Amino acid sequence: MSTVLEAKNVNKYFKKPVLFHVLKDISFKINKGEFVSIMGKSGCGKSTLLYILSTMDTDYEGELLLNNELITGNTRDQLSYIRNKHIGFVFQFHYLLSEFTVLENVMLPAKKLGEKSYQEIENDAMQKLKILNIEHLATKKASRISGGEKQRVAIARALINNPSIIMGDEPTGNLDSHNSENVFNIFKQLSKEQGLSLLIVTHDEDFAKKTDRIITMEDGKIIA
Amino acid sequence: MVNWKVILNIAKTHLLTKIKQTAIAALGVTFGIGAYITLVSFMTGLNTMLDDLILNQTPHIHIYNEIEPSKNQPISLYDEFKNSMNVVHSIKPKLSQKKIHNALPIINYLEENEQVRGALPQIKATIFYIAGSIEIGGNLLGVNILDEAKLFNLNDYIVKGSPEALFNTENGILLGIGIAEKMALDVGDRIQISTITGEVFPLKIVGLYQSGIADIDAMQSFSNLKTVQRILGEAENYVTDINVKLYNIENALPLSKKIEQQFKLKAVDINTANAQFETGTNIRNLITYAVSITLLVVAGFGIYNILNMFIYEKMNDIAILKATGFSGKDVQLIFMSQAMIIGFIGGVLGLLIGLIFTNIISTIPFQTQALPRIKTYPINFNPWFYFIGILFAMVSTFFAGYLPSRKAKKIDPVTIIRGQ
Ligand SMILES: Nc1ncnc2c1ncn2[C@@H]1O[C@H](COP(=O)(O)OP(=O)(O)OP(=O)(O)O)[C@@H](O)[C@H]1O
Ligand SMILES: [Mg+2]
Repeated sequence: MSTVLEAKNVNKYFKKPVLFHVLKDISFKINKGEFVSIMGKSGCGKSTLLYILSTMDTDYEGELLLNNELITGNTRDQLSYIRNKHIGFVFQFHYLLSEFTVLENVMLPAKKLGEKSYQEIENDAMQKLKILNIEHLATKKASRISGGEKQRVAIARALINNPSIIMGDEPTGNLDSHNSENVFNIFKQLSKEQGLSLLIVTHDEDFAKKTDRIITMEDGKIIA
Repeated sequence: MVNWKVILNIAKTHLLTKIKQTAIAALGVTFGIGAYITLVSFMTGLNTMLDDLILNQTPHIHIYNEIEPSKNQPISLYDEFKNSMNVVHSIKPKLSQKKIHNALPIINYLEENEQVRGALPQIKATIFYIAGSIEIGGNLLGVNILDEAKLFNLNDYIVKGSPEALFNTENGILLGIGIAEKMALDVGDRIQISTITGEVFPLKIVGLYQSGIADIDAMQSFSNLKTVQRILGEAENYVTDINVKLYNIENALPLSKKIEQQFKLKAVDINTANAQFETGTNIRNLITYAVSITLLVVAGFGIYNILNMFIYEKMNDIAILKATGFSGKDVQLIFMSQAMIIGFIGGVLGLLIGLIFTNIISTIPFQTQALPRIKTYPINFNPWFYFIGILFAMVSTFFAGYLPSRKAKKIDPVTIIRGQ
């Protein structure tokens, strides 16, 4: 079984307002096709860890490997490319570009990657929207759809470049149980059918229990 | 690799959803550039007009015989006083010195020079205009009128009559308009002139001359070279001045120096003669650029402000773009292109406004005694100004956009995402 993401002895400190050791010696691996959830009390450092894993935060100690390649110490531009091609990120709050249509939002990372023609990208985007059952929203402005719909658009966008791994920071945090269930099913399906790796931070115990593995954190350490 | 299509598309969408602010920012540039075009076209039009007023009529090199006392007085030739100190009182210049010796060979020689467009002989004669009992001092210029018309745009200053009329009339005179007014004379009338030696000649007025400089117009008239030679009782090779026009005014100084040395004559170049005259031009240019740059700086601050506001409002978008793989440079380019689009559209509109304004101004009647040939306000329609104008717009918006866009580049997406 190949490793998609590996963290080796990751430490992080916040220097302001006081020196604060927020992540303590975090090491773990995520395999291809694995659906992993992270749980832990509020403030234990889950989001902080996820920002590091997603390469947006580079201010840490330790090593990070993506597809067995060291990405710690890469330049910002290299990291941007890695985020673009290999990592899909779903936020707790549905971050969409509100002035663009749903379809444009989904297409944007692929256009940035520039590996496919416009037509191919559009087809891909429509297909992702179909997987998430929201193809009828394609031409709507992103600001004119419901929260649950936005969350699914964000997932479609995370999928557009067929990334190695999807990371989510409480992606079901402000969804009702029905929509939350829905998102879980989509994730499950993607990991089973497409061999996609997932790393999802959640407070929802029911959600976590249904995943392949739960990483539990406390005070900046992995305890299980 | 920069994907311009995506970046410009995002920039365009941002601008279109904030069309009002975009329009305001662009209008700032439009006013700046419009004012620049209008001002610079008008001011340089004015400059050219004023320059022409002097330059057209002024020879690039004026060659004449300075009347000055000889440096060598007869006593210095006398050997016996060689070692003593001689004091000579009341030295007078020699009388016959006004004439340029060998003027015609010199003219031929000059005309062969590649830098010279033409060398024209003139005779300056001091005379009196007589009408009835009135006698007014003045000077009569004997010229090759057709050549003068060609090289020194004399046509422009002949307000009545024509150079040809003078050329074809044996005893004709182009009378200065100031004299004509004083003496209530007009074309077709006769005027008597007398030389300093007292001889009186009748001349027929074939035209009126107005230089725009009142002092000159009240003194100076033109006649044919031959006529003046006859009036003065001089031979056909009698010439007092040679006016040289060059292809390039820059050669005036070196050539005049050369002529002085070679022919032992006085040769004054135009820049030495009109040194003060550049100053006015420079000051007008200074005003034009100071005003335009001020307006553009104000417009630049407008763009800076609006772009800063855009970026502040688009923090979330910036964080999303960065999280999904757009680099800091991409984000910077998005906002830079917004600034440049504003600058370009505003600039082009400014050029248009400038073009319209200057066209309107150029039809407004403007008549003044001093400038007989000017009928409307002078405008210089120079394509260069439009090129500089758009360059100006682009450069100022570039600077206005640079700082805010750099801020956008540096925004840390994690901070924004945490802030939610
Ligand atoms: N920019 C910062 N500067 C200093 N301390 C910070 C900063 N951001 C977060 N922290 C602290 O780091 C700790 C971990 O924060 P983090 O956001 O990772 O928690 P979390 O596990 O995601 O919590 P939650 O479940 O509530 O989202 C918290 O105690 C928080 O106060
Ligand atoms: Mg968190």
